[in-house]
Amino acid sequence: MFGQLDQIFVTLLHWLVGFLPVAWRSLASSLLCIGFVISVFPGLFALVTVIERKGLGRIQNRYGPNRVGPFGFLQFAADGIKSLIKEDIVPRAADHVVHFLAPVVLLIPVLLAYAVLPFGQNMTIADYDAGLLFFFAVGGAVELSIFMAGWSSRNKYSLLGAMRAIAQMLSYEIPLILSAVSVVMIVGSLNLSDIVSHQNHYTFGIAHWYVFTPWGLAGFLIFFIASLAESNRCPFDLPEAESEIIAGYFTEYSGFKFALFFLGEYLGMFAICGLGITLFLGGWTSPVSWLSWIPSYVWFLTKLLAIVFVFIWIRGTLPRLRMDQLMNLAWKFLLPLALVNIVVAGLWHFLGAGALRWLVCAVILAAAYVALGRALMQHQKLGKRIYRFAY
Amino acid sequence: MLGEQIIKGMVVTARNFFGSYVSKDRLTTIQYPEERLPQLHSTRQFPMLVYDGDPEKGLRCVACTICEKECPPQCIFIVKSKDKKPDYKGQPQLYPAVFDIDISVCMSCSICVEVCPFESIKMNTAFELSTDNRFEGLLLHKQDLAKSNEYYHQMHPEDAGESDAVLTAEKAKAEAKAKAAAEAKTKAPSTATATAAAPVAAATPVPAPATAAAPAPAAPQPTATN
Repeated sequence: MFGQLDQIFVTLLHWLVGFLPVAWRSLASSLLCIGFVISVFPGLFALVTVIERKGLGRIQNRYGPNRVGPFGFLQFAADGIKSLIKEDIVPRAADHVVHFLAPVVLLIPVLLAYAVLPFGQNMTIADYDAGLLFFFAVGGAVELSIFMAGWSSRNKYSLLGAMRAIAQMLSYEIPLILSAVSVVMIVGSLNLSDIVSHQNHYTFGIAHWYVFTPWGLAGFLIFFIASLAESNRCPFDLPEAESEIIAGYFTEYSGFKFALFFLGEYLGMFAICGLGITLFLGGWTSPVSWLSWIPSYVWFLTKLLAIVFVFIWIRGTLPRLRMDQLMNLAWKFLLPLALVNIVVAGLWHFLGAGALRWLVCAVILAAAYVALGRALMQHQKLGKRIYRFAY
Repeated sequence: MLGEQIIKGMVVTARNFFGSYVSKDRLTTIQYPEERLPQLHSTRQFPMLVYDGDPEKGLRCVACTICEKECPPQCIFIVKSKDKKPDYKGQPQLYPAVFDIDISVCMSCSICVEVCPFESIKMNTAFELSTDNRFEGLLLHKQDLAKSNEYYHQMHPEDAGESDAVLTAEKAKAEAKAKAAAEAKTKAPSTATATAAAPVAAATPVPAPATAAAPAPAAPQPTATN
């Protein structure tokens, strides 16, 4: 019964495709999968925008949107209609073709990235052997779109935002990929379904998620920070810092194109959260064995929403970093820590099962964390700031 | 250690997040159309014209146009009437045939209230004045501006009481003056006849304008007592 519920989407797909002649089946199945992705995740985007605004409101002791629909949950519809009926303005000096293409170029790679994510058991759309590589390769195209938007607008704010975005995303892609490398070393496969099935074991009823190991925890934290920066979220929202450069690279976008940028950004965030879940949080597996009757896609969605909620929580807490602080964090802290983590993952593999590898790995990582943290904070004068002129 | 303060900050925001669901004191938002704060004692928004009794006849305004002249943004437009009607003292006075205030121009300075000698123009507290017509909707006419004295009492009891006191004092003064004039008038014929009796033949044309001029200012006052 629960097994059927778990596989309901797979069965439904096979049943629907079964009506067609054999030659058309693979095409139809791809189209249905595409339909699934472009209906479910923008729907999730709509939900998350409302949750984000309400959550930020509660963090600041406000109500947040509560007028449209029950508890304000139809606010996204009002926002969507508003952005659809707004005038689409293109600056006269802009490069019209590139300006038009930029949001499309953002959305396509972001949607392509969903092809390799396992949403549930047997629910990977394209089960590539090099799925992880495909994800990062496609994710690299996002930078292109952002620079297209910034350059073609012919606006100083847009260009500044695009330059910041490129610097930030290139810097943070390195720790992002290096933290994923540790998982690949342990699993020995780039296939995301394999990575999930390697974590689908239980000891004393607790799952073997990689986040529960020392190297996995460190890798997850690095991945998490880097994914915050990759999706341009607070506190790494320099590319679109409202208080500094209006809206960064999409300053000159309005109406539907602006909405597309917004959508692309959130879809990118969900994709990278989904990858983080797959690599470190056991993908669609349940954390404890007695809850494994809950369908796999429900677990995936729950974890996704939990991570997104932490993103919102961080956005409501941390102020924006300065450019030099951003670069210091990436190159002086995350990159060395990710390199140490790769060594530790190797040690974990070769030390064999036992308490010793837990102790050794934990001590090395903790020592690296403390030392790198000290080095990063060395020249910082933290404490009460004294203003020389403004009293 | 690195990250310590971040954890502290996260705890603070988490406490705010969950606290806002638990304790209502945290949410200071007044959800405006449903919930309202009581208006401040000194709330003043836009001018209105106070009337006693009938909104057309009882209007205190006598179209003196002092407010029109004093108004810094010149948002008041008054046309004086051709005829006269009795005011609260019974004196025949002009009244405003047209009294318009463009509240899209008005800056709520209440200078008009300060200069008005007739306790007529006062500040209203109504603030929900948005309209769907950009030009006519914000131009208030005499009918829109006319508000009863009871309304004014409800809004600013102290101020309304003060202006009522001023008006009754003025009225009492006028009545006293009228009474004095009436008494003078009752005495006047005897003295007038006494003084006029002597040069009755020679100077008939001379005292006649004098007697005619003397009661002239007091002439409308008998109506005031009615």
